[in-house]
Amino acid sequence: MVDKTLELFDCGHRACGGCGAALVARLVTKAAGTDTIVVSATGCMEVFSTPYPETAWKVPWIHSLFENASAVASGVEAALKKQGRKEKVVIMAGDGATFDIGMICISGAFERGHDFTYICYDNEAYMNTGIQRSGATPYDASTTTTPAGKCSFGNKLPKKDMPQILAAHGAPYVATASIAYPADLMQKVEKAINTRGPCYVQVHAPCCTGWGFEGDQTIAVAKLAIETGLWVNYEMVDGKVVKAKKVVRKPVEEYLKTQKRFRHLFKPTRQDAEIAVIQAMADRNAEKYAIDIKLKNE
Amino acid sequence: MALAVGCRARPGKSRDNKTGSWRVFKPVFDKEKCTKCGSCMTLCPEGCIHETEEGFVAPDYTYCKGCGICAEECPGEAIEMKQEEK
Amino acid sequence: MREITEGSHAVADAVRLCRPQVIAAYPITPQTHIVEALADMVANCQLDAEYITVENELSALSACIGASAAGSRTYSATTSQGLALMFEVCFNAAGMRLPIVMSIANRALGAPLSIWNDQQDSISLRDSGWLQFYAEDNQEATDLHYLAYRVAEDHSVLLPAFVCFDGFILSHTYEPIDMLSQEDIDRFLPKFTPYERLDAADPISFGMYATPDYYLEFKYEMDRALKESKAIIHKAGKEFGQMFGRDYSAMVEGYRLEDADTAIVALGSICGTTKDAIDEMRDEGKKVGLLKIRVFRPFPTEDVAKALSHVQRVAVLDKNISLGAKGAVALEVKDALYSSGIPVKDYIIGLGGRDVRKRDIKAIVALVEKGQGDMFYGLRKEVL
Repeated sequence: MVDKTLELFDCGHRACGGCGAALVARLVTKAAGTDTIVVSATGCMEVFSTPYPETAWKVPWIHSLFENASAVASGVEAALKKQGRKEKVVIMAGDGATFDIGMICISGAFERGHDFTYICYDNEAYMNTGIQRSGATPYDASTTTTPAGKCSFGNKLPKKDMPQILAAHGAPYVATASIAYPADLMQKVEKAINTRGPCYVQVHAPCCTGWGFEGDQTIAVAKLAIETGLWVNYEMVDGKVVKAKKVVRKPVEEYLKTQKRFRHLFKPTRQDAEIAVIQAMADRNAEKYAIDIKLKNE
Repeated sequence: MALAVGCRARPGKSRDNKTGSWRVFKPVFDKEKCTKCGSCMTLCPEGCIHETEEGFVAPDYTYCKGCGICAEECPGEAIEMKQEEK
Repeated sequence: MREITEGSHAVADAVRLCRPQVIAAYPITPQTHIVEALADMVANCQLDAEYITVENELSALSACIGASAAGSRTYSATTSQGLALMFEVCFNAAGMRLPIVMSIANRALGAPLSIWNDQQDSISLRDSGWLQFYAEDNQEATDLHYLAYRVAEDHSVLLPAFVCFDGFILSHTYEPIDMLSQEDIDRFLPKFTPYERLDAADPISFGMYATPDYYLEFKYEMDRALKESKAIIHKAGKEFGQMFGRDYSAMVEGYRLEDADTAIVALGSICGTTKDAIDEMRDEGKKVGLLKIRVFRPFPTEDVAKALSHVQRVAVLDKNISLGAKGAVALEVKDALYSSGIPVKDYIIGLGGRDVRKRDIKAIVALVEKGQGDMFYGLRKEVL
């Protein structure tokens, strides 16, 4: 049994105040416990936690490169197997390392079926290099490489459906989670770790610096993503959605308004057509995952 | 002191970086209102809020960056962010 | 026991005797026979290893990094484009001080695409911090694997190593080889004891980042370890000689060099052809000798300077080119002989599998005697 009172991600790390990714590191290591080897990809989490010699990790930890965490984890897992050791292998990588540059290594490792858990802390852009667009950046978000301007509303592309891609690889357990629901997140991590084979948990981890909101709002923003249907917490077992968190949905603008990356949708003039496109995305999510709670008086 | 081979380290040294110095606002906990629900402890990105010997919760100001998540998320409004006096 | 074996199979057999626990490799011509043979050994319980069939070379070496950090002896093999795809990972493995051993069946780099031999691939990684051994023949190709593991894993070295042998010329050639037994190798190569490993019982962070306050020192330590590995190579090579009769204590090897006026410097299989050419030139009364470089990294600067101190001129055969400058071996040899005043001429030969014959070696000797060099040798007339 994992001792949840243990702090395995230490104080003194250099994440911004109110960092969602730092909370992911804390909660995931808590859920995983001491018998865990963490493999990190290059990114914010790696950088804010390991300037030599000040490591924040109290579990064995390895970082090699940006794109190769799944391949490194494959090697760690193979070595543990050969040596008859029981530690669990947990990858922690950002959305850039996962959705984009790590895609080949991830596909190879998931297809080979190594026994590891892949945690993607999804803050929806390349935060470590200064908020550039990634495959996880949502529609209309302004980033430094998809800036909103006189003839642009920011990122023109929808978010890549990474969980579906990994489910298609035959991953036995795929889930999405949010730092706004820590108990659910930790439960999913534990479930993934205790499922044999390559499992994937994608965690919504708002970034106050990159998205443009005050650090004390990190959890509130994450919660609004769920409550508007723009982020859905669900679980897939053997490729089938078995559970999704239901909500009484709020209009998407309640979420969008909280962040500077969507400010151009409201100022200088309100962009109703664009907001409607995003609302339609939330509506599709709601339908696809059946998350709407119907109120009695409706 | 010799460097560790291959840029490695054992745990502990990150505590040398006293992030409390970053703080602008300080969370002040009201023992009367606190229900010990643990929400602040769970949601602190620093992991620096702990149960005290008297059974209450308090942040470790050596590392608390003053982000304010604990105050924002406290269901009993038992935490107030106050301007840091330095 | 002497056997007539294909180079790749002999190398695979040598790797088996080193008892790697994790192998990760991706197929690429002309390395394939090695990894196929190893896969066959695993499939037939002749080799107790985890064999990871990765999706590309970048992942091959990355998996080796993970396995090595977790405390297992690891192996990979590649060449050419595959090694180029590993470029980033090569620097990383060395910087992380993980003693991975990798065979390089040397091949040219595209474009233009070429599957044939030269040494551009491994030479291009000369700055990465890996030890680089070059084999003249398949006997040496097998023996250097035992030596490479022994040196790389030494706790005063802790750097990865390439064992390079010319693609096709050696990898696909049958030669009689003295294959050692498991008992022999177990005596020479101790069980892998990682300096540190990923272990829940003693949690260490591997691969942290270094600020400008530390980075310079980490590079200094890698350089120092590489230079100090010369003594470890000497000791292990000597011990190997005492055990099995083939002495690899020297990083360079002279052939009829003692009284030579003209010295040829080369690495790899071309040394064999050169020796034959030298014998014929000696019969004609020409005082020509060879200095074979077996270890290119660390570069044996002092050994080269000493071995060539008495010659009148040096011809370096480079199966690589630092485009816009010279061949990499010539640059090192010039550096080694800088204060001696001995003229060193460079000849870029054999790129992309162009045959280098005895008569080419003789023609190069004639050129260096006339003071002509620092050139591509044997170009087609239409480009001149």
